[in-house]
Amino acid sequence: MGEVDARPFPPGDYPLVVVGSGPGGIQVSYSLRRLGVDHALISADEAPGGMFRRFPFFQRLLSWTKPYAPVPRGSRAYERYDWNSLIGEEPSHRAIQPEFMDGTSEFPSRPEMEAQLAEFVRRAALPIRYGCLWEATRRDGDRFVLETSDGEYRCGLVVFAVGVAEPFTPEMPGRELVAHYVDTRDPETYAGRRLFIVGKQNSGFELASGLLHWASRIVLASPRPAKLSVETNSLAGIRARYVQPIEDRFMGGGVYILNASIEGVERAGDVLRVRTRATDGGMDLAIEADEVIAATGFVAPLRDLPALGVATFGPSRLPAQTPYWESASLAGIYFAGTINMGSPGLKKNGVAGTGAVHGTRFNARILAREIAERHFGVVAPRPALAPRDVVGYLLEEATDAPELWNQKGYLARAVLFGADGPYDEGIVPLQAFVDGSGPDGVAIGLEGDSEGVIRPAAYVRRKGAVSEVMLDPDPLNEFRGSSDGRARLTAALEGLLR
Amino acid sequence: MAGTEELIDELSDLALFADLARPELAGVAHTLEEEWYADGQRILREGFSGTGFYILLEGEVAVRIEGQERARLRRGAFFGEAAILLGEPPGADVVAAGRVRVVHVAGPALHEFLMRHPNVMFRMLQEQTRRLRSANRWAR
Repeated sequence: MGEVDARPFPPGDYPLVVVGSGPGGIQVSYSLRRLGVDHALISADEAPGGMFRRFPFFQRLLSWTKPYAPVPRGSRAYERYDWNSLIGEEPSHRAIQPEFMDGTSEFPSRPEMEAQLAEFVRRAALPIRYGCLWEATRRDGDRFVLETSDGEYRCGLVVFAVGVAEPFTPEMPGRELVAHYVDTRDPETYAGRRLFIVGKQNSGFELASGLLHWASRIVLASPRPAKLSVETNSLAGIRARYVQPIEDRFMGGGVYILNASIEGVERAGDVLRVRTRATDGGMDLAIEADEVIAATGFVAPLRDLPALGVATFGPSRLPAQTPYWESASLAGIYFAGTINMGSPGLKKNGVAGTGAVHGTRFNARILAREIAERHFGVVAPRPALAPRDVVGYLLEEATDAPELWNQKGYLARAVLFGADGPYDEGIVPLQAFVDGSGPDGVAIGLEGDSEGVIRPAAYVRRKGAVSEVMLDPDPLNEFRGSSDGRARLTAALEGLLR
Repeated sequence: MAGTEELIDELSDLALFADLARPELAGVAHTLEEEWYADGQRILREGFSGTGFYILLEGEVAVRIEGQERARLRRGAFFGEAAILLGEPPGADVVAAGRVRVVHVAGPALHEFLMRHPNVMFRMLQEQTRRLRSANRWAR
């Protein structure tokens, strides 16, 4: 008799299959299970964690978890200050990350993050079929067939939470001489080496920061000038943790930062020669280096989904998605996790929804509710509100709601006005509210401008037309007591608060 | 879907970027963000602040004021600049008519983008002048 496979979810028929056991897959599966939606969760990996089983290379995250926040640990409001814990419904499933931090930094180490994700899976007793590699996809009537290393899964719906994890190096002469970020070795092996890093985003500056005291010279180059997050006042830009190479550059410390395209890499004896062409009117150069590393990002590993009809765009080959993260071109295919960047939202002032865990964990919970209601007949509760409480509730949410703080300009608290009075519609994608149809209502979110000023923004829908109401900022981001906010919201909702 | 090299090729075909040499175009391609819209999706929203500047790479968009279609724009056209330059919310919706691919510069970044690429600013001015001339002809 052969060995019995004790893993859950053997190949077969399921209403829904979730692919991936990183934060996105775990969160959406957890939330679906809480709503009673039957599904399988499969993963090519042998343990939970996704990319955090390996990256970031220098082993400390960019996303904080503040052990001592202004609000109690484990409360909903604490999720604003803890960017890494998955969000649970029960106390023991909440705020797990700080339990796994050693107190040396507010940024957890990679192993601490991995441990948190594994602990969440353990406490929630979330079944996952590991070692099951999704290999191909096809249609069978109105169902999908996922071909995997374990056999075929047939399902009506799929949620792909596979990350944006496939290394990407752009075409260039001599590409075979260029290593990728993912191939980075132990730092000491770069001692005394001259490095040329292609790419000036966070991964390039992470490498430059980590290898600063090992490499003898570091050149960073890409066509676009480097932007810092403290300049853009957003997560778009090099994070404060990685700016040391920029300081070394203007101190003359052996770091060079070029705005140039890479024309090619060639071998010249024992060294490599990189030809660059300035994009800012500077000189074209031929730079010798011992190693060339492409920190040129990752693409979404969608396999054959584009051939099946999933439209993709941009350098990361992201799938184009609706505001509820369904493929914009192939119904029934949904996405969770980092890949949600394919649904950027309104992009007011250029700010898109984040693809990081602190934002996408909330997307995943909303996605689970959307799938449960749209496809499985589940009706989530929508508590009634007293008309006199609506304005105060909206300002309370603007002050404290972690979803609004962590997905600015992207997620919003919506209150709708039905025949029986106002009710809480829940947290929704802002774009779905402003571009969708439905009863009269109001959605409130938070938006940051290019100066870094954060202010609440309300959107009022009357008879299908939506108007924007920007509220005043507050120096301490305390909008609850704002007389201006109260007056303006009350005026904007005139006739609806009955 | 286009990689950066393909995007550079696409941009080089557009009148707006006709005066740029390839290295400068590479810088532009890395600055622009690509976006994709399904049929009926709004790209610009009438009366909403914080808008961006868009250049149409594929497909058609409809310009609508209070729900009434006033114009169609096709490949190579750009929109959104007036609201940014004047610091006012857009006076029209711009809606995808079929699948649409655009590249985008965020509103707060447009000033720096144009100052960095004066030839693009000149081409934009030329197009604005053409639009003004057409509007004047219609008004006569």
